[in-house]
Amino acid sequence: MCLGIPMKVIEIEKNFRAYAETMGVKRPISIKLVPEAKPGDFVLVHAGFAMEKIDPVEARKRIELFEKMLNLEGLD
Amino acid sequence: MNEQEKDVILLSHGDGGLLTHQLIQGTFFPGFKNEWLEEEGDSAVLNFCHERLAFSTDSFVVSPLFFPGGDIGKLAICGTVNDLVVSGARPLWLSAAFIIPEGMAIERLSDVVRSMSEIAGDLKLPIVTGDTKVVSSNDPENLFINTTGIGVIYPETNFNVKNVEPSDIVIITGSIGDHGAAILAARLGLELEESPQSDCAPLDFISTLLRPYFPYIKVMRDPTRGGLATTLKELAISGDVDFWLEENSINVKPKVKAVSDILGIDPYYLASEGRALLVVKNGKEEEIIKELKKHPLGKDASIIGYARAGKGNLFLRTKLGGTRPLQMLAGTPLPRIC
Amino acid sequence: MKQDSFGHPVEKYNLLAEHLLAKVLELGQKIAEKKGKKTKIMEVCGTHTVAFSRSGIAQLLSDVLDLRSGPGCPVCVTHQQDLDYMISLSRIKDVIIVTFGDLLRVPGSFTSLEKEKAKGANVHICYSPLEAIDLAAKNTQKEIVLLGIGFETTAPTIAAALSQALEKGLQNFSIYSTLKLVPPALEALLQEKKFDLDGLVLPGHVSTVLGSDAFDFIAQEYALPCVVTGFEPLDLLIGLYYLLTSLIEEKAELTNTYTHIVKEKGNQAAKEIINLYFEEGDTLWRGFASIPGSGLKLRTKYNDFEARYRFKKVEIPETGVFSGCSCGDIITGKLTPFDCVHFNNGCTPLTPVGPCMVSSEGACSAYYQYRQQI
Repeated sequence: MCLGIPMKVIEIEKNFRAYAETMGVKRPISIKLVPEAKPGDFVLVHAGFAMEKIDPVEARKRIELFEKMLNLEGLD
Repeated sequence: MNEQEKDVILLSHGDGGLLTHQLIQGTFFPGFKNEWLEEEGDSAVLNFCHERLAFSTDSFVVSPLFFPGGDIGKLAICGTVNDLVVSGARPLWLSAAFIIPEGMAIERLSDVVRSMSEIAGDLKLPIVTGDTKVVSSNDPENLFINTTGIGVIYPETNFNVKNVEPSDIVIITGSIGDHGAAILAARLGLELEESPQSDCAPLDFISTLLRPYFPYIKVMRDPTRGGLATTLKELAISGDVDFWLEENSINVKPKVKAVSDILGIDPYYLASEGRALLVVKNGKEEEIIKELKKHPLGKDASIIGYARAGKGNLFLRTKLGGTRPLQMLAGTPLPRIC
Repeated sequence: MKQDSFGHPVEKYNLLAEHLLAKVLELGQKIAEKKGKKTKIMEVCGTHTVAFSRSGIAQLLSDVLDLRSGPGCPVCVTHQQDLDYMISLSRIKDVIIVTFGDLLRVPGSFTSLEKEKAKGANVHICYSPLEAIDLAAKNTQKEIVLLGIGFETTAPTIAAALSQALEKGLQNFSIYSTLKLVPPALEALLQEKKFDLDGLVLPGHVSTVLGSDAFDFIAQEYALPCVVTGFEPLDLLIGLYYLLTSLIEEKAELTNTYTHIVKEKGNQAAKEIINLYFEEGDTLWRGFASIPGSGLKLRTKYNDFEARYRFKKVEIPETGVFSGCSCGDIITGKLTPFDCVHFNNGCTPLTPVGPCMVSSEGACSAYYQYRQQI
């Protein structure tokens, strides 16, 4: 029901305006809903707004959990 | 207000998808239909004085006029040249007609003309006739260009979708959707920095490199409006075969993927303006790819699928091994929240 | 090796997805053998419907899963009356309609925004609602109407647009709000008990705002397992893994598999800005009767910014009814698009009988685009 894509915050201007990047493309977003976002943070973006911060460590843990469960660790 | 609403032309009638087809079939064909039009090729093939001529026309409307990787002028030359090339012809002459909006800066028009003359010059193609009209308009950027080209078809060309056999291989000369993504990003004011670049380019290198292989090429198309999916679906229908694409083999550049993801649209429906789609005889694909890779514009040529006996379907084998059908574009892609 | 934004090798994701798919299939088979039927799961969110179809997962698991769509496609659940009202607004002189692309082609009783645009209506397709503010500032002689469709994810972005309009003192800006809330709709759906769902895949991005706790009632009051998950193939498979595992272990629990984005309590700033400008109200949904407290309407003190009040004298056609359209039953999971007599039989994306076929994330459109003919 709601498209959202992960983007990396690059730069923060005033009035909650920020620049974020994904796959080599940069565009302005609003961080009004995630005012604590800082450059370097990953955020989920919907309709031009950051909706929430993404925790990369947590994301990785989830993947590793399943890799372990399915015996896929260390397969590169 | 409850009056029966009359159908009117929508922007989607011009997107090269299903509505465009309906317009052609329902409105133009009844009046114009003849043996040449019925072929529905990128060019008409005309037999004249022991030669086969290819005759193609295209009109260009693009907003913005100048976009990352090209402009309407370059597009107008490449578009018609490419239609001739994928018909297996050597382009000989071009015409150019301009419908210019009142209020357009002459300097801006000159920029477009310069771009056209540069690319036509590179291709050693003379623009031998033209026309100029001015219309009143609220938008000084509302420039329309029509180009028409005549070429001579190489003796060894025998491209016809009816020649496609169930074992044939589908090749594309590079990544998909670059032009469509560049235009959409610019038109929708996404304020992108480092936007994707249009792939707009002439495809004449294909004839130069592949002429010895023309007997093994069943059909060639440039996947412009409607993108890869629409173009291949059209071929499947007119060739009465199925095509299968491998998602893993299709090259979508990261920036094109980024724009697609941001807007929620499918890159299979985004136009390319510098790519060719070839259906070739099974067994010849590696040699053909090797030839294509000799040119910078063909360096990413790859096999993306194959033909199978069927009834006009286009299927995509997903990365996970699932199958999904691809249809013709139904309505211009729009940015969505969902 | 190609890496994603978090530095994880993409190839490894693909490998994991393949193995996980096999695992999920195995779990599904186990349940099917035990119960003698497929597991019936509702994916509440239309973007999930599309993701299941696009990735091929729906087809790969079709022997063990009976996937049903839910009321999570904003234009599909928008009531005909609202559609007609919004389209009628576009006919008013000097009005610029600002809308997400989703709404453009949705048929009202007699026409659509796309057709009105062709006849001269000023319709601006936006990516971000803030574009409406720029337009209002630049076109002070025009009235800018932002069409507020969507759920909890979109609501704060519409609220943020209003907040900017107020800051800038823009009087020529208004909102037509048909914003909707997901939990009351799910509650209404589960109360009907007209069909036997085994579990739910919950909307991941709505959950970023609401928090996973907002859906606890499904497990606790309706004894159904459910998962919060994302939209990539791997997210879908991880979600299904937990859901099927809960079913096998006969545990009715909510699992949040999207913890790197979705918190238990959600996004406080987003909730606050919604609350500042909106209050809950009853609203009409397609497929349901009016659901109490399931809509967001502007608080009374902002009535000046509600397009319904600003443009009272709008001529709205009498709401037409699509004869035989099963949209209402499809978005409540009772039927699949294949069950509808019109599906691909007169009703296609070009000639949609109802909104589920025209919205690209509508269940019918997703089935038409991705699932038929295989």
